Amino acid sequence: MDDLLSEFLTETAESLDVVDLELVKFEQDPNNAQILDNIFRLVHTIKGTCGFLGLPRLEALAHAAETLMGKFRDGQPVTGEAVSVILVSIDRIKEILAVLGDTGSEPEGADEDLVEQLDAMAGIGIAATEAAEEPEEVSEETAEQPFVFQVLERALKPGEVSLDDLERAFRDAPGPEDIAPPKPEKPAALPKKTPPPAPKEAKESTSKGDAPAKTQSIRVNVDTLEHLITMVSELVLTRNQLLDIARRNEDSEFKVPLQRLSNVTAELQEGVMQTRMQPIGNAWQKLPRIVRDLAQELSKDIELEMHGEDTELDRQVLELIKDPLTHMVRNSADHGLESTDERIAAGKPAKGVIRLRAYHEGGHIIIEVADDGKGLNVARISEKILDRGLVTEDELAKMTESQIHRFIFNAGFSTAAQVTSVSGRGVGMDVVRTNIELIGGSIDLKSVQGEGTTFTIKIPLTLAIVSALIVETGGQRFAIPQLSVVELVRAHANSGHRIETINGAAVLRLRNKLLPLVKMRDLLRMPADEEAVESDFIVVMRVGSQTFGIVVDSVFHTEEIVVKPMSSKLRDITMFSGNTILGDGSVIMIVDPNGIAQDVRTGEGGELDADDEDEAMKARAGDKTALLIVRAGSDAPKAIPLSLVTRLEDIPVERIEAVNGRHLVQYRGTLMPLIYLNDDVVRHQEGAQPLLVFSDAGRSVGLAIDAVVDIVDAELDIEVGSATPGILGSAVIRDQATEIIDVAHYLPMGFEDWFEKREMDQMALTRRILFVDDSAFFRNMLTPVFKAAGYEVVVCDGARAALGALSGDTRFDAIVTDIEMPEMNGFEFCEAVGASDQFGHIPVIALSSHTSTAAIERGRQAGFHDFVAKFDRPGLIASLKEIGQDMGVAA
Amino acid sequence: MSATITKVSGESREYVTVKIAGQLFGLAIDRIHDVFAPVNMTPVPLAQREIAGVLNLRGRIVTAIDMRRRLGLPDRDDAGTSMAVGIDANGESFGLIVDNVGEVMRLALAELESAPANLDKTWSGLAAGIYRLEGQLLVILDVDRVLRLGGEASAAA
Repeated sequence: MDDLLSEFLTETAESLDVVDLELVKFEQDPNNAQILDNIFRLVHTIKGTCGFLGLPRLEALAHAAETLMGKFRDGQPVTGEAVSVILVSIDRIKEILAVLGDTGSEPEGADEDLVEQLDAMAGIGIAATEAAEEPEEVSEETAEQPFVFQVLERALKPGEVSLDDLERAFRDAPGPEDIAPPKPEKPAALPKKTPPPAPKEAKESTSKGDAPAKTQSIRVNVDTLEHLITMVSELVLTRNQLLDIARRNEDSEFKVPLQRLSNVTAELQEGVMQTRMQPIGNAWQKLPRIVRDLAQELSKDIELEMHGEDTELDRQVLELIKDPLTHMVRNSADHGLESTDERIAAGKPAKGVIRLRAYHEGGHIIIEVADDGKGLNVARISEKILDRGLVTEDELAKMTESQIHRFIFNAGFSTAAQVTSVSGRGVGMDVVRTNIELIGGSIDLKSVQGEGTTFTIKIPLTLAIVSALIVETGGQRFAIPQLSVVELVRAHANSGHRIETINGAAVLRLRNKLLPLVKMRDLLRMPADEEAVESDFIVVMRVGSQTFGIVVDSVFHTEEIVVKPMSSKLRDITMFSGNTILGDGSVIMIVDPNGIAQDVRTGEGGELDADDEDEAMKARAGDKTALLIVRAGSDAPKAIPLSLVTRLEDIPVERIEAVNGRHLVQYRGTLMPLIYLNDDVVRHQEGAQPLLVFSDAGRSVGLAIDAVVDIVDAELDIEVGSATPGILGSAVIRDQATEIIDVAHYLPMGFEDWFEKREMDQMALTRRILFVDDSAFFRNMLTPVFKAAGYEVVVCDGARAALGALSGDTRFDAIVTDIEMPEMNGFEFCEAVGASDQFGHIPVIALSSHTSTAAIERGRQAGFHDFVAKFDRPGLIASLKEIGQDMGVAA
Repeated sequence: MSATITKVSGESREYVTVKIAGQLFGLAIDRIHDVFAPVNMTPVPLAQREIAGVLNLRGRIVTAIDMRRRLGLPDRDDAGTSMAVGIDANGESFGLIVDNVGEVMRLALAELESAPANLDKTWSGLAAGIYRLEGQLLVILDVDRVLRLGGEASAAA
């Protein structure tokens, strides 16, 4: 393809992208003459260039579109329909350009359909007049510009313009034409792949009317740039090699010049990397058009807000996130935002908003895609999770809403009730997640039912060179990207940082927190070392909201490494993201923090996510709980809130009977089922077996343990979740890692129908309650308590969610709410409930750790029906029953 | 690959012969980039058995494939030095680790025979054919099939 044509293609493609964007803006703001002028000028330029190159189809289309826009400029009203036709024409031009790019000539075909539509809109017939007598002038012009000669061998077609006309048009159009000749006037010269700065400059020059500034940039072939980057990478490698040598020869005379070289290399590297940086706006450029088309297709009113378009990131990264971003925006428009009717019904503004935001944070760029739509449907996701057997119902009940939300990132997990042409075709968020993780990024989401969903993407700024920590394990070195390394801790049997184990899972106490630990050796399934290493280095890593420690044999230094892609044969190993050549010439693997995080999650079940952390913070704010510390099966202490336990008993072993593999004990005249907390609890042959007895409504279950250790008042601060059934998680109690027993797991083992039966019995009294608590721990712990007392429970993780739930369904007999909650506290929530005519009659019970007189007084003012201490289970149930009776009387 | 081998008779091709566990194998010379002694190889944890490791060959990272394991043969028990045959495929560099590298042979395509029916499955899957040389048999390996490791085939399926 000749250079002229290829340049034309590049420029036109860029211009068209701008036209797309500007047209959508224009449609919303039809009176903005400046936008119109800008579009007009760009289309005109395209048309003119087509004339030069002899591309009749393109030219005719561009001309017709330009004519219509000319009419707009003359004051013809701008209709959505007309803009649509222009957009379709732009698409057609793009199609033709694509073929042109491949074959070097325009494809066969006719565009009369579009041209006629455009002309009809412009209110004119097919113009076939002006051009006939003009070829003469053209040849005159071409004589001066030899390169045109070879392509312009024919008379102008209808709708085409002569070069004269073109010149005249440029003179007439507002803009920098009086300084710059038409040719260089076209989008400013910049590297091929950097369109946005070009249009921006073009815009600026239009408004200011002075052009020369843009000659400050030049077009550079991407290949040239890539080559330069590769060479710099090699230079960095060589520098590292030299530094390595210098490190070994302490008093080398090379030291000073080497330092200088090192600095220059670093600067060079930074400068070259800068050429790779592009504003994120590039990836967003097509979105307004997409959203506009979607809005029409779906008959929704959608506004797309974009903040931080100028935030820069690596070109390569940009290319890779383009598609995921587009997909997410489509998703938001299609599934996130409700239909206009639904929005109005929900009391929201009819126009839905999709907000894109980008900003830098550390070495990462954060991109948010938010909508103010209906939020994720937890019920539907839960249904689907169970449907697909991803977790059991028990596990699901224990999950926080945000944990459930995250399942949408699982493969094939589309919750769209119906597949639309827009999305829901099975390639869903899992593909998005995979793509983002491929480039070392992570994705998370927050969703509030009724209020919207926000996706947050965090990606590294650049991929090619990263700073990495070099560690050794099993005699082999590995590189850990520095970005995910939080700190280094040295554990030693005799030092303050000691590695402890809970049921085989290693943990480290770090500043009053429990850090789940994994040995790098185990992660990589390397053979165990015979010589037990006394001291271990722990690399504390944070991936997304997850923090964990990796135990390695030794830690070397930090080094700038050039990431080389993994061999295709090794790409399926999730633990590594690539490899690199070190200063000494050896190849080492680059550990993928995401891969490790995943393994830590599935392997240890120790997820310490942001929510848990927040809860931990809040729980620490003074919530003391009476805890019963027991021993069962192992030396590691286990704890259970004392309020859940009815009695402590020592039962003589002869009273324990085994029937059909189940253990029963005669207790207070009835047979009580007995459950051993775990298989390792000692079955005594004589003497007495210590039991925890849980009773409710005349039924009891005994939980056999080894010994009761103590009763302590402690802050219950669950730091590490657990995958072990029966264990909610671990907490530091009296400086010891302690497992918290999940009573709800054991009760149904005694009476399978522990929960159901109670509901049956109390059908007459069955009440629905709404339980609001921001802490997953209390939600998990109290929900079974309510159920056991015969209540149907709807759980919300915050006041707003609760108000949302109430607005959709007011059939509650009582509301139980926590006081300390973010955003809206219990008092405010109670007042909000009381103020509603819909559900103001529902009594609200406050659940709090602060039962001071002042707090109770404040509660009365807010309109609380009752005030119950958080762990006063009997008090809570009694309060609920009282309400139930009141209701019964009233009914 | 096999399509090119069944060309018109009279044509011949050059092969580099290598020895693996005493057996003579041939590799089409046009696929071979270079022959080198694998040094300073980094094993890759969690990789497939056949992957001997990765190494730096003049600034390129080469994935080394242990041909004994690829052919289902026992690991080498003597401490002799191995050699590697460098191959480029799909823009990546691979090294086939063999016991030693022999000579280059020009053989007529017409004399290439298909592998006997009773040949081990793994071997027949990798063999492009067999030459009856004087005194021994030469198994011609299809380089592309050698590079198609087990896990990958199943992943693609």
